[in-house]
Amino acid sequence: MKINLQDLVLNIKALKAGQKILFSGTIYTARDAAHKRIIDMLDCGKELPFDLKNAAIYYCGPTPVRPGAVIGACGPTTSSRMDIFTARILKGGVKILIGKGNRSDEVVDLIKLNNSAYLVATGGVAALISKTVQKAELIAFEDLGPEAIYKLEVKDMPLIVAIDSLGNNILKHS
Amino acid sequence: MRKIKSETIINIIENLCAKTNFELPEDILKSLRQSVVLETGIAKDILEEIIENADIAKGEQFPLCQDTGTANFFVKLGQDVYIEDGNIYDAINEGVSLGYVSNYLRKSIVFDPLERKNTQSNTPANIYVDIVPGDKIEITFLPKGGGSENASALKMLVPSDGWKGVEEFVLGVINDKCVDACPPLVVGVGIGGDFASVGLLAKKALLRETVSKNKNDFYAGKEQELLTNINKLNIGPMGMGGKTTALAVFIETKPTHIASLPVAVSIQCHSCRRKMVII
Repeated sequence: MKINLQDLVLNIKALKAGQKILFSGTIYTARDAAHKRIIDMLDCGKELPFDLKNAAIYYCGPTPVRPGAVIGACGPTTSSRMDIFTARILKGGVKILIGKGNRSDEVVDLIKLNNSAYLVATGGVAALISKTVQKAELIAFEDLGPEAIYKLEVKDMPLIVAIDSLGNNILKHS
Repeated sequence: MRKIKSETIINIIENLCAKTNFELPEDILKSLRQSVVLETGIAKDILEEIIENADIAKGEQFPLCQDTGTANFFVKLGQDVYIEDGNIYDAINEGVSLGYVSNYLRKSIVFDPLERKNTQSNTPANIYVDIVPGDKIEITFLPKGGGSENASALKMLVPSDGWKGVEEFVLGVINDKCVDACPPLVVGVGIGGDFASVGLLAKKALLRETVSKNKNDFYAGKEQELLTNINKLNIGPMGMGGKTTALAVFIETKPTHIASLPVAVSIQCHSCRRKMVII
């Protein structure tokens, strides 16, 4: 099913764990160090580099972009490292989290509570995913290198709904 | 004594960094293709994506994964080799720095584990050197991603734990952590040695090709048994269920102390990038 960010946010209850989607729209990359900075900025009441409301965050640290290319290799990184930051991120209004791997029970509850969703991309298929990025712009934290925040415009990015807004989770638990 | 210029090694390593990050080894691809036919639904789709990604990366000479890894080198240095204008460590590090910068590979190494400032060159590499007879240098490069590395584990068992203890530990590690480590995995198991050496033993096991069989019949049987039991866990590709949780299990052993039974599990994601050169 093809779906864009706006429709996805509006119809988030219709998303079901296990569903495959081709996602289009704006996503912001942020991994460990960028999350830490966002939380620090929230703590200090500073203006964030992008509006969290109804936003989609992609846990990703791409390879450097080659001359003439849109972006480097850009697959998902392990989401569970961001679990500790997720309560604040969702409270700020983020609706869609994109990464790979499991989330804590606490994050599953938070996703339910905040009527949001966790989508997964296949890890290690970064060349394939890079083909879906049509535009990339570095918007914050350039000094963090691969951990900087990029605003990406993606078209038909292959994702799977891993945790839906009702808290259903298709990932295997230990 | 055979003289090898430092520059020769640097150039070879620079090229090796690129090729290894762009091309998935044939044995891994073959194992993936064999697994696709066993799966249905999401599991099959994911394996197909992984194979398609490998085709794109090779065709366009583009990184398979954005995590181009910690640069691990396993070196067999012939004792009759003399490296002119330098040494093996500096030459490899120089090659990594050039290779990662010139090929737009991600620099993922920080100077200090707590301060976390990036070295901007993906160095220092982890370089493990064995001195061997002869006048050649054999270098195997294994760039290893952080997600699967974080799932690896080590435990000091005691002799009475035996094989049962080893198996329990390995299956426990896979069950607890492997969803985050980009399965299907390649699993390296080190048994014996001591605390310092067993981890390296497990990591070196990852260099074996998926078609290879342990030379020792007992351990060859245990490799198959572990693989079967891991794949019964129904973790599957990317942790969403399926028959293919691991592509291969390799066990390597070494002598140990009468009081000890060290075990290490080195977890490798499906992007099992490795390449060997002989100079």
